[in-house]
Amino acid sequence: MRIGTAKETYFADEALFDTRTQRVWLLVLAALLAVFPFVASQYWLYLACLVAINVIAATGLNILTGYTGLVSLGQAAFMGVGAYTVAVLERRWGTPFLLNLLAGGAVAMVVGMVFGVPSLRVKGLYLAIATIAASFILHFIFANWTAVTGGTAGLTVPPANVFGLPLDSEFRSYWMIVPIAVLMVLGAANLFRTRIGRAFIAIRDRDISAEVLGIPLLRYKLLSFGIASFYAGVAGGLWAYFFRSVTPESFPLIMSIFFLACIIVGGMGTILGSILGAAFMTLVPEALKLVFGWLPNAEAMAVHLAPVRTMVFGALIVGFLIFEPHGLAEMWRRVRRFFHLWPFRT
Amino acid sequence: MIDWLLFLEVSLAGIGGGGLYALAGLAFVLIYKATRVVNLAIGEMLMIGAYFFFAAASELGWPVGLAIVAAVVASGFSGGLIERLLIRPMLGESPISVFMITVGLSSILVGLVELVWGADQLRLPEFMPTNPVLIGEAMVAPKIFYGFLVAAVLIASVLILFRYWRGGVALRATASDRAAAYAMGIDVPRVFSLTWVLAAAVAAVAGIVVGSISSLSPTMGIFGLSVLVVVIVGGLDSVLGALVGGLLVGLVEAWTGTYLGGEYKMLATFTLLVLVLMIRPYGLFGTHEIERL
Repeated sequence: MRIGTAKETYFADEALFDTRTQRVWLLVLAALLAVFPFVASQYWLYLACLVAINVIAATGLNILTGYTGLVSLGQAAFMGVGAYTVAVLERRWGTPFLLNLLAGGAVAMVVGMVFGVPSLRVKGLYLAIATIAASFILHFIFANWTAVTGGTAGLTVPPANVFGLPLDSEFRSYWMIVPIAVLMVLGAANLFRTRIGRAFIAIRDRDISAEVLGIPLLRYKLLSFGIASFYAGVAGGLWAYFFRSVTPESFPLIMSIFFLACIIVGGMGTILGSILGAAFMTLVPEALKLVFGWLPNAEAMAVHLAPVRTMVFGALIVGFLIFEPHGLAEMWRRVRRFFHLWPFRT
Repeated sequence: MIDWLLFLEVSLAGIGGGGLYALAGLAFVLIYKATRVVNLAIGEMLMIGAYFFFAAASELGWPVGLAIVAAVVASGFSGGLIERLLIRPMLGESPISVFMITVGLSSILVGLVELVWGADQLRLPEFMPTNPVLIGEAMVAPKIFYGFLVAAVLIASVLILFRYWRGGVALRATASDRAAAYAMGIDVPRVFSLTWVLAAAVAAVAGIVVGSISSLSPTMGIFGLSVLVVVIVGGLDSVLGALVGGLLVGLVEAWTGTYLGGEYKMLATFTLLVLVLMIRPYGLFGTHEIERL
């Protein structure tokens, strides 16, 4: 139930979480996140870490695609840039992991901005295809710049170190990955209360109008690419620490499509959407695996798991676009609206 | 010193391969011109055509000619099905949403093919003459030569169809102005279906040839990425662009593949793509759309 939320100050009106109910539930959520690693099995911890990494990358892509309206199929490649940066820094100099992650984000940001340059001349689908090019060119660099990236064999990454404590298990990685994910998501949510975020939304809605209003398109489109790639870079860095090895095949084009699918399924242009979408799309293959395990002749059916996954993946994209274009976030809002007046309206 | 004979042979092979790119590009441009859909699943449409051929020729043991006809018809039918089930509901939605639909479609098709025929590589039955073809002194692989011939004949017939057939005229009318076409009594939704059927049939032929030159596997969709480069370089809505772009990309791939090594192929095509996007964003022959508020 949500009633009696009259606001008296502008400050209260602009707050990110504006009602007491919301704040209480968020506290509950935070408590759950903190308790989770102590009760969950290793498999669930692994999934939680994977979801958190995907949430970061999907949030970044949502800033670019959902809020600025620039479609990108290069998110995974930029993630790769971050992962390689972290891997090289950790192996060569063993710098602290927070610094590495920031550096990974920064390098990915620069690379992302370079590949974002075509966005000034082309948009929409042309841009999507230009970012496919980025993805292939980066893959080529990963595979052939052997001196730095280790070629096709890739690099192994030592675990992150916090005051001499190696983060080498799922339980320990959880405490590095999830807080960073929460921070990055909060950052993204706050971004759209600032001048920059508003400019992004204006560009999405009509870029020529935005330019007439005095928003320099060049700067803001590149900035959006930069921020999205920064998110991808940090996610890639965490990925490198979590899986402890990076190869050129770790970040294929299909992974970029996966992130795009996350934000379509979750809901474009909402922060909640990136979280729900990334969690949903990461868990669906696992759920399928579970269902296949229940089938009568599970052994024989196991071969069909991979193609069924691929099909379900495609069907989810298509189904959500046709039947629920605003994604899971809209479903969530519908449920919430129902409970706003719940006991009083029948 | 450059070996000119080798260069000539490589170039001829490139042009041969480019013919197939042009054919697949034509299928893409057909869809884009009539329905304004950027079809990322073009490679997968080639793939299902080739698999239909495989099913008819190898699994059912039909004669090759009949099998080709059956594969083309089946592909055309599935093209129509795709249009009715997935593309039609998205009519009037933003182009980006429709683009995503085709991204999803490509996944569905890959999964479907893998489920039915497995993920392993398959070989199509041989049906082209196998003795090498000599053009002057240069030798061309027979499959590539006949593949190019098929592509050229098919492209020419599609172009003639466009020019003189009623349906082709309706298609061109729809492409140039949808509302006016409606007003002239053209059944635009039917033209949409027709385009998808036609494009899927053309793609099926291209798929059969590509599949018989290399081999058949669910990863054949990669070919579609090169086709995207072809149509972007040529201009999304230009048939001439698809032809020139196809030959250009074929040549670039053959040259880099021979002189630099196979791993540079993709790099070269996509670098070409980025260059064209930077210099002429609407492609070599595409219409430059002026945006107004």
